[in-house]
Amino acid sequence: MASADDRNEDVWHDEDAGPVVRPYAMTRGRTQPARGEFDLISLVVATRSVPSVAAGLQPEHVTIMRLCQRPLSVAEVAAHLNLPLGIVRVLLGDLLDKGYILAREPQPASHMPPERIFKAVINGLRSL
Amino acid sequence: MGSGPSDVSSGTALPMAIKVLIAGGFGVGKTTLVGAVSEIRPMRTEEIITEASVGVDDTSGVEAKTTTTVAMDFGRITINDEVVLYLFGTPGQDRFWFVWDELSMGAVGAVVLADTRRLAASFPSIDYFERRGTPFIVAVNCFDDAPRYSADDVKLALNLDPDVPLMLCDARLPTSGREVLITLMEHAMKKAEPALS
Ligand SMILES: Nc1nc2c(ncn2[C@@H]2O[C@H](COP(=O)(O)OP(=O)(O)OP(=O)(O)O)[C@@H](O)[C@H]2O)c(=O)[nH]1
Ligand SMILES: [Mg+2]
Repeated sequence: MASADDRNEDVWHDEDAGPVVRPYAMTRGRTQPARGEFDLISLVVATRSVPSVAAGLQPEHVTIMRLCQRPLSVAEVAAHLNLPLGIVRVLLGDLLDKGYILAREPQPASHMPPERIFKAVINGLRSL
Repeated sequence: MGSGPSDVSSGTALPMAIKVLIAGGFGVGKTTLVGAVSEIRPMRTEEIITEASVGVDDTSGVEAKTTTTVAMDFGRITINDEVVLYLFGTPGQDRFWFVWDELSMGAVGAVVLADTRRLAASFPSIDYFERRGTPFIVAVNCFDDAPRYSADDVKLALNLDPDVPLMLCDARLPTSGREVLITLMEHAMKKAEPALS
C-alpha cells in the first residue's frame, strides 16, 4: 500500500519544509494541468487498462494508470508517486485530456454534504 | 451537480470524498490519531510553494523565486460504496497558514487536539477555525503523565464557545479516535442543518 514510504526515506520523512530543485522540470515547466481542477480529495480512476509507454506517455503517466485501476484520491496518487502535488496535477491533467482517466471533484467548498452523507459516515464509523 | 455517486461529466460511479482536518500544536498526537483510525498506513504528500524573492528586478528576465515544500499527513476511511472519508493532519508550522487555507477549503470539519500540559498550543488552531467558520470540536489527548482535568475545566480554560463539543481521548486507540470523529460529524451535521432546509 504505502509503497512511497519505502523510497527516499530521508527526503520524504524530512522536516516539514525543504528545498526542491527545479520542481517542474518533469512537466517541462508546466505548472497548471491542461484540464481539470484536481483537489486533494478529487477521486480519479483509469478508464482503460495500463497503456504502454509507446503511447506518448511518460513513465509517471503509466504509473498513475496502474495505480488508478481502482479509484484513488489525488493526494494518494501523489504520495504513491513520491512527487509534489503540483506536478501530479499536471500529469493527471494530461491523462484526463486523453480520456485515460475520469475524475470526480468533491462538493464545492460552499456546499456542505447532504444530511444523508453525514448520517452514512456516522453509521459507518459506528459499525467499524 | 447531482448528489448521487456518479459524476455528471463521466457517468461513472465514483464515491464522494469528504475531508476532515486534524489540527493542534506541535507533537500533540495528530499523526497518531490519523494512523489509529485510518485503514491505510498514514501517507504523506507534499505541496510546492513558490515565493517570489524580495527585491526581484522584473526587467532582468531572471525568475528569482524560492521554492520550498510543505508536507501533509493523511489517512483514509472507506465508509461504503458511496463515501470515502479523508483525514488530513495540518502542518505544525504556523508560517504555512496558506496551506491551512487550502486544506480547510471544502473540509466538513476539524478536530483540534489539545494537551493539558500545553493548552496554549491549541489556541492558534481554535482561532483559525473560529474565524473561518469551520465546524470543529476539541479533543484533549490524555497523555499518561499529563494532569487530568474535567472536560468542563478545560473548556473554560480554552474559553470555548459553549456549543463547541470538547471530549477527552487517547489518540493511540482506534475506538477513541472513532468516537472523536463521530462527535465531529454529529456537530458538523448540526451546523450544516440551517443551510440544508
Ligand atoms: N502517552 C501517549 N503518547 C502519545 C499519545 N498520542 C501521541 N503520543 C506520542 O506523542 C508523540 C507525538 O505524536 P504525533 O502523533 O507525532 O504528534 P503530531 O501532532 O503529529 O506531531 P507534529 O506533526 O510533529 O506536530 C509520539 O511519540 C506519539 O507516540 C497519547 O495519547 N498518549
Ligand atoms: Mg505529525
